[in-house]
Formats: sequence, structure tokens, C-alpha cells
Amino acid sequence: MTTSPIHHTAAPRPGVDSAVQGVLAQLAGEPGALLPILHALQDALGYVPPDSVPAIADALNLSRAEVHGVISYYHHFRSSPPTPHTVQVCRAEACQSMGAEALLAHARQHLGCGLHAQSGDGVFTVEAAYCLGLCASSPAIAVDGQVHARMTPQKFDALVARVAHSREAA
Amino acid sequence: MSTVTLYVPCDSAALAVGADAVAERIAQEAAARGIDVHIVRNGSRGLFWLEPLVEVATPAGRVAYGPVAPSDVPKLFDAGLVTGGAHALCHGPTGAIPYLARQQRLTFARMGMTDPRSLADYQAYGGFDGLRNAIAMPPEAIVQTLIDSGLRGRGGAAFPAGIKWKTVAGAQAAQKYIVCNADEGDSGTFSDRMTMEGDPFMLIEGMAIAALAVGATQGYVYVRSEYPHAIATLNAAIALAEAGGFLGANVLGSGKAFHLQVRKGAGSYVCGEETALLESLEGKRGIVRAKPPLPALAGLFGQPTVINNVITLASVPIILARGAQFYRDFGVGRSHGTLPFQLAGNILHGGLVETAFGLTLRELLYDYGGGSATGRPIKAVQVGGPLGAYLPESQWDIPLDYEAYAAMGAGIGHGGIVVHDDQADLSQLARYAMEFCALESCGKCTPCRIGSTRGVEVIDKIRANNHKAEQVALLHDLCDTMVHGSLCAMGSMTPIPVTSALKHFPQDFGLAAPDRA
Repeated sequence: MTTSPIHHTAAPRPGVDSAVQGVLAQLAGEPGALLPILHALQDALGYVPPDSVPAIADALNLSRAEVHGVISYYHHFRSSPPTPHTVQVCRAEACQSMGAEALLAHARQHLGCGLHAQSGDGVFTVEAAYCLGLCASSPAIAVDGQVHARMTPQKFDALVARVAHSREAA
Repeated sequence: MSTVTLYVPCDSAALAVGADAVAERIAQEAAARGIDVHIVRNGSRGLFWLEPLVEVATPAGRVAYGPVAPSDVPKLFDAGLVTGGAHALCHGPTGAIPYLARQQRLTFARMGMTDPRSLADYQAYGGFDGLRNAIAMPPEAIVQTLIDSGLRGRGGAAFPAGIKWKTVAGAQAAQKYIVCNADEGDSGTFSDRMTMEGDPFMLIEGMAIAALAVGATQGYVYVRSEYPHAIATLNAAIALAEAGGFLGANVLGSGKAFHLQVRKGAGSYVCGEETALLESLEGKRGIVRAKPPLPALAGLFGQPTVINNVITLASVPIILARGAQFYRDFGVGRSHGTLPFQLAGNILHGGLVETAFGLTLRELLYDYGGGSATGRPIKAVQVGGPLGAYLPESQWDIPLDYEAYAAMGAGIGHGGIVVHDDQADLSQLARYAMEFCALESCGKCTPCRIGSTRGVEVIDKIRANNHKAEQVALLHDLCDTMVHGSLCAMGSMTPIPVTSALKHFPQDFGLAAPDRA
């Protein structure tokens, strides 16, 4: 996942700042607290805002470089807000044996996305995943964290249409 | 009519093919027909081609139906689902389905039988018998039982688990830890996920026994972020176990404390390597540590630490419940006990097959798996995850035993078996092995960090017929450097799929076919 450079000039945003302070108050005392803090922030905000790095570093007595290094090391953490919907297509060996590469190409083409990039309308992101643990029901995908197995291009199109429709209806 | 009990699995592999919608439809249909039903969300039996697998409790035992779609439900009720009536989707008594009946389920004996969040169900099927026995034993006797059982690490390295425990038990420290490696990143594996989603108390019990054996008071389960259902079930199970006195300040009145917490990974494959996992638990980048010191002596936060895979720890309760000899008597040679093999990829009947060591890949592929899903000939089988060898048909009759596999340059690893049919291009899969290593390398050592990227380039040149003979020689050299110069298994084992593909399937690289020696 791409990460932006560290910014610490952004104007304070009350929602983000209170989320960061709340998470730090709850978790900073845990042994090995950094990953739990980053997960809690991403769960609350959808991403780990780069301007939260100084506060996290301060609370854990780490350098900003160390915190940034951890955020950028792990594929899971995002440094920018996600699109409303994320499609993960597993491309590990078991899914490859059942046509995952063709499914991934279909997903990108259908949604008009580059890999790990947004669709033109900014609604979907297509990501590669490396094993969702559904290897006996390949190929597998996850849409917004919900898993779907024995996927075909036809089922994929129907699923995406349902997701897009539920968004328009909301 | 009295209440009818129906089972619809809550395992991810069932949810991913619509189990929730099936459960909902069953509830609606039963209500509409005035039938009183109790729907249990059980773990999966591991017969994934039949998921969603609906079972109904009858006086003669459970009867299975699958794969059930929501639209099948009304017709199933018409056919007498609630009494185990005949229907095209009916497979008869679940336990008599040959795939299940011929297995030797020890660790997975309860899998699919119980509600994973029910302490009562767990104990009705022998749960906590091992922990109760362990509490009555001196710690050295627990360790000796594990040594005598012959249990070896099921994560892949196959190191004797009891020896590891003995090292930690003998270390002097104010704080020791039990860490469960649940970063199951190997493609083709799902036995850890099934355990956490389908029988989580078994893992909790195994960790509590480990804690008593070595004198640890704190444990962590490091679960990959790709497993949200496993994390949720495990957290619920830990809360129930605490409330029931099986965890906490005074484990079952023993006077010993053991606290357990789930920690979530963040999408790094190399964190399945034990020292990288410990770094990650400490809140750092998942960079591999040089050994020594061994984690058993200086592990989490520098303290003595037992770090074992989910299946290793989940195998402990039955060993303590039934005795070392009971477990040791399964298997062959120095591979004692059973392994939950995971049949995956292009296979007709994919799922979980727990048997004693010693059966052959051919038996798994055809007697259990029923051949490929596409109906085409099976070409290559990767055993042991992304770092495992690609085996051609000439090697499918070797018994699955750690030593026999090592002797042919392969490994059993975590028991994942990924099947490819004759449309697979092994040069493409070899390239993928290097690409995956480049993506997931922690970057600490050069052979892995740089070698994997060079490996992709060299294989691309071979595939493009660009100075092929020289590039093949270079690829062998590069693999040799990675094998001998890398710190951990990521760099040192990535060459295994590459060189096995090259050796056994040279025609896919545009090279002459192998000698039939």
C-alpha cells in the first residue's frame, strides 16, 4: 500500500484529533501498543492520518520515523482515506489454480481500476490479497471485508451491482 | 412437535457461499410452517464442496444436506428435512460420509459437532479434560508427556514441541510468555482458521496447559488481519473462558494465573516467521531476528517464550487427556500423531482431511479429493505452502512423513496441498514464487531482498528465450545463494518451488524434458 510522506503542517481536525486522543488514552499503556493503536485508528477513521504520527510517537516515546516506518511496513495500514468500497481479489496459488488472475483482470476491467487504485468514479478500489483462507473454495474475494468464494465473473458483476445499488439507495 | 435442532455452519468458508442466507431462509420457512426449530451455528465439518452443509438432528444421529442454496430450502422442508427425509441433496448420516468416516480425527474430532461459542458443548465432547489432568500434574510431568507424545511443531518447521517447552520451563525469569502463531499466510492452508472459528476453546485449553507447564502467566494469539471471523470468535471464546474460570487470575482453582489476549496482524506474510512475529507483537516492523538467542530463552520483550503454531497448541489437550502413548501410536517413523491436511486449489472435493502421517499424496488427491475440479489431469501439486515444492506425479506415492519428504527436497510444512491441472504453467508459478518473496521480504538480508527481484527478472528472461542457457545457470546460482545466505525460511525456501518447477517441468520453461531416470 502506498503511503504519503509525513505531514505535520495540516490544520487540526477535531474529529481526527479526538479519535487519536481517545485511542491513545485507551491503548498507550498496553505492552507493544503500536499495532493495536494503528488498528483502532484505522477501524475508527478508515485510515491512519499522517498527521496523527507525532501524537502517537509522543505517547509511546518513539521517534516519528519509527511510527512512520511501522505504518509503511504493513500492507494493511492506509495513510489516506479509502474509497467507499474495497474489493480484494486473492491471487495466491490455490486461487490461481482456479482462475484468479483472469478474475482479477475481469474485476479491474469491470470497475475501471488499476491494481491498488481507485475506479474513475472514486467508489471502488481493487486490491490483490494473498490468501483469505478459503483455498478449498477458490477463487475467493472479499468486498468490504465480507468474503465470497467460488467466484465467477458473472457472480462478481452481480455482487458489485448489489453493492453499488445499496450505496445509491442509502 | 418438539423442537428440531438444525445446524448451519458459521465457518468463513460456509459464510462465503451464503450460509447466513440459508440459515435465515430456514428460520422463515420453519416459522411459516409452524415448525419449532433451533438453529445452531456450528463449525464446519471441513467438506467444503458441500457447504453450506445443513445438518438436522434425528433420533438416529445427524443427517447432512448440501450444498444448500436458500432457494432449495422450501423443497427440503417438503421432503421432510426436519426428520432427515430423502432428497437429492441428502448425504445420509453425516458421520458415515466416506470422506469423513475414513479420517482419523483427533484434533478435529469436535469440529463441526459443536457451537464454537458454547462452553457446555465443548465440555460435552471432552473439552478441558486435558487441562484438568494437567493441573493435577507437576509441570515437569506435563513437559515430559509432550516430549513422549512425539508432537512436532505443526507450523512447518516440525521441531519437537516438548523440547521447546522444556527449554522455556528451565529458563529463569520473572515473566514468561505463551505466544500462538496464528498468522496462517500459506496459500492452501486453513486449519488454523477453522480451529479458531470452529473450536476456539481447544486452542485456549492448549495454551493454558502450556502456561502451566512452563510457568507463564501471559499469552498472546497473533492472528492475521485477513481472518476477521477468527478474531471475533476467539475474542468471544476468551471472554467466556475467563468468566468460566478457565483463564484469569486462578485457572480452575489451581492458584496459577494465565491471561490471554488476541493481537491482530497487519498483512505481512513474513510475520508468520516466529521472530518477525515477536517483533510485530512488540509494536515494531516485522523484521526477522538473527538466532541465537532462541525465543525460548529471549523471546517476547526479551523474556523466555513458547511460540507455537495453532495446530501444535490445539493438539496438546488430547495428548494430556488421553496420554502420550495414545497420540504417539498414530503415524510413521518419527512423524507421530496426525496432521490436518488441507486439500485446496483445483480439486473436486476440497477440504480438511485429518489422518495419521504415512498416507500418500495420491490417496489424498484421488481417494479423498476425487481428482481435479476442472476434470482435467492433475499436473503438479504444491505441498507445504508458497515455500513448498511442486511435485510431479512420479512423487505422489511417497508416504507423507517429515523425513521422507525432506529426503526428496520437499516439505510437508503446515499441511497445505494445492492442486494444479494440466493448464498450469509452472514457469509462471515459479515467477510468482519470486514475485511473492519480493513483495513480502522483510528486507533484512540481501539474498532475500535483492535475490527475489533478480529472480523475477531472470525467469522473465528465460520465458522470453533471452540467453536461455546462461539465465538458467544464473537462476540456479541465485537460488543457491538464497538457500545458503538468507536469515529465515522466506529467503532460504523460496527457491524450493522455483527449482522443483524447473527440475520437474522444464518444458514449461522451454527446456528439454527431464530424463526418465
